[in-house]
Amino acid sequence: MTHYSIFSLLRNAMGYHQDWQQAWRSPDPKPEYDVLVIGGGGHGLATAYYLAKEHGITNVAVIEKGWLGGGNTGRNTTIIRSNYLWDESAHLYEKSLQLYEGMSQDLNYNIMLSQRGVLNLAHSLGDVRDTKRRVYANKLNGIDSEYIGPEEIRELVPIINLDPNIRYPVLGSSLQRRGGTARHDAVAWGLARAADARGVDIIQNCEVTGFDIQNGQVKGVHTTRGDIKAKKVGVVVAGHCSVLSEMAGFRMPIESHPLQAMVSDPVKPIIDVVVMSGAVHCYVSQSDKGELVMGAGIDAHTSYSQRGSMHIVEDQIAAVCELFPLFSRMRLMRQWGGIVDTCPDASPIISKTPVDGLYFNCGWGTGGFKATPGSGWVFAHTIACNEPHPLNAPFALDRFVNGNLIDEHGAAGVAH
Amino acid sequence: MFLIPCPWCGEREESEFSYGHEAHIVRPEDPEKLSDAEWANYLFMRTNPKGPHLERWVHTAGCRRWFNVARNTHTNEILAVYLMGEKPPKNLAKEPVKGAKS
Repeated sequence: MTHYSIFSLLRNAMGYHQDWQQAWRSPDPKPEYDVLVIGGGGHGLATAYYLAKEHGITNVAVIEKGWLGGGNTGRNTTIIRSNYLWDESAHLYEKSLQLYEGMSQDLNYNIMLSQRGVLNLAHSLGDVRDTKRRVYANKLNGIDSEYIGPEEIRELVPIINLDPNIRYPVLGSSLQRRGGTARHDAVAWGLARAADARGVDIIQNCEVTGFDIQNGQVKGVHTTRGDIKAKKVGVVVAGHCSVLSEMAGFRMPIESHPLQAMVSDPVKPIIDVVVMSGAVHCYVSQSDKGELVMGAGIDAHTSYSQRGSMHIVEDQIAAVCELFPLFSRMRLMRQWGGIVDTCPDASPIISKTPVDGLYFNCGWGTGGFKATPGSGWVFAHTIACNEPHPLNAPFALDRFVNGNLIDEHGAAGVAH
Repeated sequence: MFLIPCPWCGEREESEFSYGHEAHIVRPEDPEKLSDAEWANYLFMRTNPKGPHLERWVHTAGCRRWFNVARNTHTNEILAVYLMGEKPPKNLAKEPVKGAKS
């Protein structure tokens, strides 16, 4: 693997940039692997990377039915934060944020992490109290978090509408200064390149059509490119996890919904933090290209169609225009949908399953991007050691049987 | 956005309706005898298929009545509409229904 640096850039500039190596190979699948990871999004690639890096397991393949990072990894609004209410979530997302902070150096790939600060607005007395409670809970967990009033919000976001007479006035906000955004494609590509360099095979255009399960033990998978044997299989397929669990013979507490996002025309820098509101449901940041990146809520109905309904976009835009009236004359440039796997308690499942050697990492719902490295890190541990890391032990599938749910609806609002 | 044929009001926009999730989940007759795993299965586990899905909708901004819909979750095509208490149609690979019973 060529080490990326200012010197490699200069050297390649001399050769008119004709000699750059491929970032990763495209090998044919081998007949057998120690670990197969199904799903070549950020979480799957992170799982393979940390299996190789932390556990020395390099006979690993990531199989992806489409192209790398082409699902929700390429469709999200790239927001990163760790200010969750409950201890279990806070520790997991904080681990992820810490991994993000060292990721560009670790992967030798610029993921363009921008810790510009994330605001979660409060619009009512109840909101204010919940927000303060969450801020205090974050502080007790050692996570940077602060509560700010309208005057400080005005300093950070001069264009926000602080009129007390709007339908949902802005009364205050939490602020996590270490939160921000990262370049989503770079996260996928950087992880793929680093995993490949450690010997992981990344196999695209290879769809799983079934599992080979004998006596309750997984032996391999059937794919559109032939059968592949594997000692262990990790499934990280977001919206399609119910489809794969059905192939394996059990059900998941998951429903798949469309989630939409959109970008505006590119404009000059106008907002340099991330603003989120769970109550009126919108989240806005500005990309390096100048587009406003905005996310909507999920459609109520389940769907695998990767497109949502227009009235959801209308609701989202109405909320944005009330908070930022000057955006009302901008135009949307693109709008798209992805399929998210929502869990009843809005927390993920990173777990062993009823089948030995088969592991599932799913249920991230609307907020998986921020967890990418942490999710891969704990899932790699779960697969390598055949038992969860203390960080993801609370996120086991059996919590739906024993009742230890991690109800993050209230903490995260609806926006993730 | 797709159109849903309400059995009473005819074809209307999806935004007039509210979603009632998976249909035909029967509340256990003798709840006290259920194990934790059986409760989890009733409360949380869902089929969530990619393809034909039996689900409930209510025409919130119309007649406010509930009914069942068979919808292909991959294409959002409505395959059948049938009343509460009715059994789902057997062959769901048929042509999608246009319009509704008057």
